[in-house]
Amino acid sequence: MKNANWLGYIVFFALLAATPLLLDRYWVDVLNSVGLYLILALSLNIILGYAGMFHMGHAAFYAIGAYTTAIINTRYGIPVLWALPASGIAASLFALIVARPIIHLRGDYLLIVTIGMVEIVRIALINDVFGMTGGANGIFGISRPEIFGFRITQPIHFFYLIWFFAALTVLLFSLLENSRFGRALKYLKEDEVAAEGSGIHTARYKLAAFVLGAGWAGMCGTLFATKMTIISPESFNFWESVQLFMIVILGGSGSIPGVILGAFLVMGLPELFRDFANARLLIFGLALMVMMIVRPQGLLPARPRKYNLDSIRELS
Amino acid sequence: MGLWSLMEQFFQQLTNGLAVGGIYALIALGYTMVYGVLKLINFAHGDLFTIGAYLGLTLLTSLALNDYVGGFLGLFILAVMVMGLVGIIGILLERTAYRPLRQSPRLSAVVSALGASIFFQNAIMLIYGAKFYVYPQDLLPVVPINIFGLSIPLMRIIILLASVVMMIALYLFVQKTKIGTAIRAAAIDQGAARLMGIDVNFVIMIVFFIGPALGGAAGLMVGVYYGQINFTMGWIYGLKAFTAAILGGIGNIPGAMVGGLLLGVIEALGAAYISIAWKDAIAFFVLILILIVRPTGLLGERVAEKI
Repeated sequence: MKNANWLGYIVFFALLAATPLLLDRYWVDVLNSVGLYLILALSLNIILGYAGMFHMGHAAFYAIGAYTTAIINTRYGIPVLWALPASGIAASLFALIVARPIIHLRGDYLLIVTIGMVEIVRIALINDVFGMTGGANGIFGISRPEIFGFRITQPIHFFYLIWFFAALTVLLFSLLENSRFGRALKYLKEDEVAAEGSGIHTARYKLAAFVLGAGWAGMCGTLFATKMTIISPESFNFWESVQLFMIVILGGSGSIPGVILGAFLVMGLPELFRDFANARLLIFGLALMVMMIVRPQGLLPARPRKYNLDSIRELS
Repeated sequence: MGLWSLMEQFFQQLTNGLAVGGIYALIALGYTMVYGVLKLINFAHGDLFTIGAYLGLTLLTSLALNDYVGGFLGLFILAVMVMGLVGIIGILLERTAYRPLRQSPRLSAVVSALGASIFFQNAIMLIYGAKFYVYPQDLLPVVPINIFGLSIPLMRIIILLASVVMMIALYLFVQKTKIGTAIRAAAIDQGAARLMGIDVNFVIMIVFFIGPALGGAAGLMVGVYYGQINFTMGWIYGLKAFTAAILGGIGNIPGAMVGGLLLGVIEALGAAYISIAWKDAIAFFVLILILIVRPTGLLGERVAEKI
């Protein structure tokens, strides 16, 4: 089963790597945003999918990463890709501070509080906190990334940068999913009391999931900042968080193939039906309602982990 | 002289905060009643409020009510129509989005509610367009009322009075009537209420009529008070009203009223004396603080359920 997944990923990314040869600039750019949202949704998936915490403020972490990159790049001239770790750490630290008092809240309350959090961050950015965020206009003039002297400027260059990062995310998060950490998160999602009883420090694991997811979103913020070269608070409004939430829930929470499918559906499909572009959120809203009634686990739900019982019997 | 103008500014802000707080309280009642019976946060409630504001405008312009029955009576008839229509939409929402999920895990219903909210918001946008709409400003004569040397706009007083009257009516309805008793019983224990011969589905239907009807009335009030409406306004008002419901203790009807008025005053005074730019963030700080410090709210009783 696991091998089939790996094979699937390899085929998928190999096919994807060839697509820019067939597509024009516009569609490459569409794929770029699919890729960015895929990375973000995968990082949200750790919090929402594995740990089962209803978190709808992911845009806040993304924003902090993007702004960290923008500030240290435009003010101190540090190359954007070197800002990657700094952005991740900034978003993680923020998550550590804000998530600590709220992670014990029950699902629907957590949802409301995280919505409040993303709004507070947006208002703080508009109000130009610390005099560094440029207020409502944001920050412009963020430089393009450079790898070994090669400047990345075209959509097609960004395509390979973003999707390399996306593939790396899929690889690392697949490993994480089956690690001790990932299993603990899934356990506490299923039954928090039982998990606690089995010696899982649930509060610490939940916090760790938040910090990890936030850090990854922060690094994705770096990619966004350098791709756009201009960022403003409106890029990180509440709807961004809603879209990420929809990608994970519609695709299948806790399932990496599901999140990949979700990213293509939520970000890519509206581009195919541009005539209905205005109605896309209407349709997604409807889809969420129907989905919860018909298929609450998502389109490609996570498969339960299988253990090879025969090998265990042999051992004993 | 200086003291008086300071006092005057304070009382202006206070009455303004009470008027806005009355609106928050009306919306908060919808959250709290639904939560009381179904233990569900109705995320679409804020958008029902928006629908109220838009329906009010449409009825106002298409029926030209003001030409036949001017002033107060016209507004009253308009409010009754808006409340009835939004209440019916509320019942339909419960039937389609929440009833099939009553036995599912609670978070499925939350996601469905979220879907409903997105659906309503975009339906409004597709029907009316994304622009701001302006309510006619000549609904009532613009005469400031003088109270103890303080001149307060007439509309502000009407909003405050109307919301207080509706809250008292609701309180009496829930406390004194047979249906109200059934609502309270279903909120305490649905299974037991059913065994006592209470039609719980009917109770839920009533709750989903009253809550959205009050929310719709609040939408109309925002329209006539501020004069400007937009299809996204339900989110921010909904979140603030939800904060008000939590502040008073969710599930608790007098709590929603107190919480709403209190939040309105906190926000108005905070905007006036701390920072206007952070006005919208004040409610969220209050929300986070209350959930951390006292999740059961000011009037909420100690419940065994961990939040």
